[in-house]
Amino acid sequence: MTAKLANAPLFTGSDWDFGLINRIYEAIEPIALKEMKLDIYPNQIEIISAEQMLDAYSSIGMPLFYKHWSFGKQFVTNEMMYRKGLRGLAYELVINSDPCINYLMQENSATMQTLVIAHAAFGHNHFFKNNYVFKQWTDAEGILDYLEFAKRYIAQCEERYGQLPVERVLDAAHALMNQGVHRYPRIRPRDLKSEAAREAERQAYRDRIYDDLWRTIPVGAKADAVPGDARREALGLPQENILYFLEKTGPRLESWQREILRIVRLIAQYFYPQRQTKAMNEGCATFTHYRIMTTLHERGLITDGAFLEFIQSHTGVVYQPTYDSGHFGGFNPYALGFGIMSDIERICREPTEEDREWFPEIAGAGDAVEVLKDIWANYRDESFVSQFLSPHLIRQWRLFKIMDKAGESELRVDAIHDERGYRRIRRSLAREYDIGRQEPDIQVVDVDLAGDRRLIVEHAVMDGVQLDPGDAAMVLQNLANLWGYEVVLKEIDSETRKELKSHSGNPNPAWLR
Amino acid sequence: MHIVDRRLNPGGKSLVNRQRFLRRARAYVQQAVRDSLKDRSIKDLDKEGQITIQRDAIHEPTLHRAAQGGNRERVFPGNHDYMEGDKIKRPDGGQGAGSQAGQGEGNDDFQFALSREEFLGLFLDDLELPDLAKRRLIGGAVDGIRRAGYSVVGNPSNLSVPRTMQRAMSRRIALRRPKGADLEKVEAEIALIEARDPPLPDDAVRLEALREERSHIIRRRNLIAYIDPVDLRYRRFETVPKPVAQAVMFCLMDVSGSMTEHMKDLAKRFFALLHLFLTRCYEHVEVVFIHHTDRAAEVDEQTFFYSTVTGGTLVSSALDKLMEVVKERYRPDDWNIYVAQASDGDTMQSDNGRVVSLMNDEILPISQYVAYLEVGREEFADIETVGTMTGLWQAYAPVSEANRNFVMRKVHHRREIYPVFRELFQRKGVAERSA
Repeated sequence: MTAKLANAPLFTGSDWDFGLINRIYEAIEPIALKEMKLDIYPNQIEIISAEQMLDAYSSIGMPLFYKHWSFGKQFVTNEMMYRKGLRGLAYELVINSDPCINYLMQENSATMQTLVIAHAAFGHNHFFKNNYVFKQWTDAEGILDYLEFAKRYIAQCEERYGQLPVERVLDAAHALMNQGVHRYPRIRPRDLKSEAAREAERQAYRDRIYDDLWRTIPVGAKADAVPGDARREALGLPQENILYFLEKTGPRLESWQREILRIVRLIAQYFYPQRQTKAMNEGCATFTHYRIMTTLHERGLITDGAFLEFIQSHTGVVYQPTYDSGHFGGFNPYALGFGIMSDIERICREPTEEDREWFPEIAGAGDAVEVLKDIWANYRDESFVSQFLSPHLIRQWRLFKIMDKAGESELRVDAIHDERGYRRIRRSLAREYDIGRQEPDIQVVDVDLAGDRRLIVEHAVMDGVQLDPGDAAMVLQNLANLWGYEVVLKEIDSETRKELKSHSGNPNPAWLR
Repeated sequence: MHIVDRRLNPGGKSLVNRQRFLRRARAYVQQAVRDSLKDRSIKDLDKEGQITIQRDAIHEPTLHRAAQGGNRERVFPGNHDYMEGDKIKRPDGGQGAGSQAGQGEGNDDFQFALSREEFLGLFLDDLELPDLAKRRLIGGAVDGIRRAGYSVVGNPSNLSVPRTMQRAMSRRIALRRPKGADLEKVEAEIALIEARDPPLPDDAVRLEALREERSHIIRRRNLIAYIDPVDLRYRRFETVPKPVAQAVMFCLMDVSGSMTEHMKDLAKRFFALLHLFLTRCYEHVEVVFIHHTDRAAEVDEQTFFYSTVTGGTLVSSALDKLMEVVKERYRPDDWNIYVAQASDGDTMQSDNGRVVSLMNDEILPISQYVAYLEVGREEFADIETVGTMTGLWQAYAPVSEANRNFVMRKVHHRREIYPVFRELFQRKGVAERSA
């Protein structure tokens, strides 16, 4: 790259105004789009105050959301942490929508605004648009409209049926939110806009065909009992998406309650990709901002002072405390993502013999950004770590793996950063990012439709780790309330098929009506 | 790329959620607010504050794997000298090898801050002055506005469109203002004749007449306005004075030498709550502070709460002072009079007769409600029984039995202040939810 120096830096000092934001954006855009060849949704940059940032925090970062006390709980916690100075606020928030909405805090200095525009408006934005998990699962175009619909619908329900009944359904649905996603894309991607339209249509249809006469028709003779397999088949069992199952088959739910379950389920589904790509998403954004900021500095577009301010913030973000430092709380997704991506860049440019052996496809490929763009598009955290965590990094971070077996009194160091350990460490770390392994595998397996309508749910216990009993009992109560009849949750060892434990819940009669 | 400045958007988006959260946790929050009161200094009684409630109360359960049990493996950064196969003692808590430091606050408590408004709202909930009956008009105090017909002058925002249009229409009809349709009809006919080719013989005359009619119509329409200033009518409002219940609260506090610091603190806390309650919930309540030793004096708020005079005890002096102030400033016919008295109950035997007669004959007849709060030593909380009743308590006991509007209570400890205060000023018919 020919380094042609700019006449004057974009800014000196820390003040910014809207003209400057525009100039910063225009300086970054060619670097991101022409040189790095990123592919982004159009950007919308919104400046917000600290208070608004707090508001956004408490509705999972979304600009509009339905009302629920749990968001208030979030809000009071965040507010206190912020007021007491225990926790700062994020410099930005970015929403996976088309156009991509970037919230910038007004308190940021000019350098920080440059950083967050590079980070969010280009880094995250590119990732949202290109990563396969996002493409498969989320509908960036429709999300804001759908949230708008959800908010309105729930407000209408509150008007019609009262705040408390709606709150109960939402509480129960929230408890099952993690069990409200389809993990396999066998059902076509959601089109949230038409979802809203469909519900309106359904309602109109119900209104049109409503006839009070039906109520007076005598109930016919009971159908014969259906054999178990056929019954399960008809109900689509086993079903891992419990909210979906309830929505479709819950015998005692009103249609508005089903719709609320659907809303919660679709929103959970929208966030599902984010949970699978945290390290990659942040890594991609961090790598992008690092590249852009460095380029800006090389061309004299930002001053040395601003660059130092950036470096200080950047190193804070990608800091990974060691296990015994007292600050360790798991791997920092920024550090992990950025670390591996920088390492890939090194492997592309200056591969060692070891790299050539481990990464024959990318070693010495030269153009790191092209390689990374392919990775950003086609991997999620788990596959990303299991493919690209290099021995070099394992040594650099001095990773080691601990085994904690149930019956043993001591922990065992299972692998360290040596020839024997690289693959084991890599596999094990990748598993920590596999939500299929981290989250319990819970499925609705059967329901006794002809009898007492008892719902049977199974937890396939892996590695002997059972459910947290206190929470499980509470969630089961919620599930029973929604289902309307008894619910049994069996914890079954996935290897031996032995039943380890069983919880059950009965509906609270006061709940539904 | 668009830049949108959202800073001016209305804030407080989370307010509804916050309120719902407080409502949800209300019982717990209220309890926490009451508990927090006893640790506050008198000055900070009404400040916003941080409170802590049990996390369980607002727990959101999910199905997740337990933190313990089973086989686990985990990767950590920063190995110093571990070799493969090394054994490590399991850290306390038996939970993997994960250090949970850095996760911040403990797991059992949920802390957050309440604003001053929320705080006061929660702890003054359901309180009222009993029997606030005497109402009268006081000069200048205006409370309501009401509709008072229409007027010809007024503020544009008060323009009554229906009324104005109605008047305009009747004026147009009365003055025979030509309608738009009339003009159109004439013009259509003119156009028709003009377009006729060849013209009929009498067309020229007819056209002349029509043109004249048209100009006549246009002139009349211009002269007679569609809406004239004389049509305008405005909604009129007038302010109405509403009768206001005026009340005065007399706070009588014993500051004699027999009152220990602890007792004074209890009494001051009680009055501080009372003062807070009155100033927040009632606009037209005056508070008179009187403290007494063997002499009574009317003092200001500052002196009342923070001064440190001491001396002998003569309760009747305070009651005399009270009556003096009433005669001077608060005519019993116009004012609802409330009295709150706090003392350790230590009096001169000789004074009791006078105290009781003052109370019975002069104060109770003119008062809506009299509350007597006796403060005791903390360490005597359990042993004080009927046998150890103080002089003043014994003297007041028959008064209390004879009069429904005389109430007496005893407190020994800070934590009792708030419940007693609530008991004294609870709105009738509201059962105590949690004390």
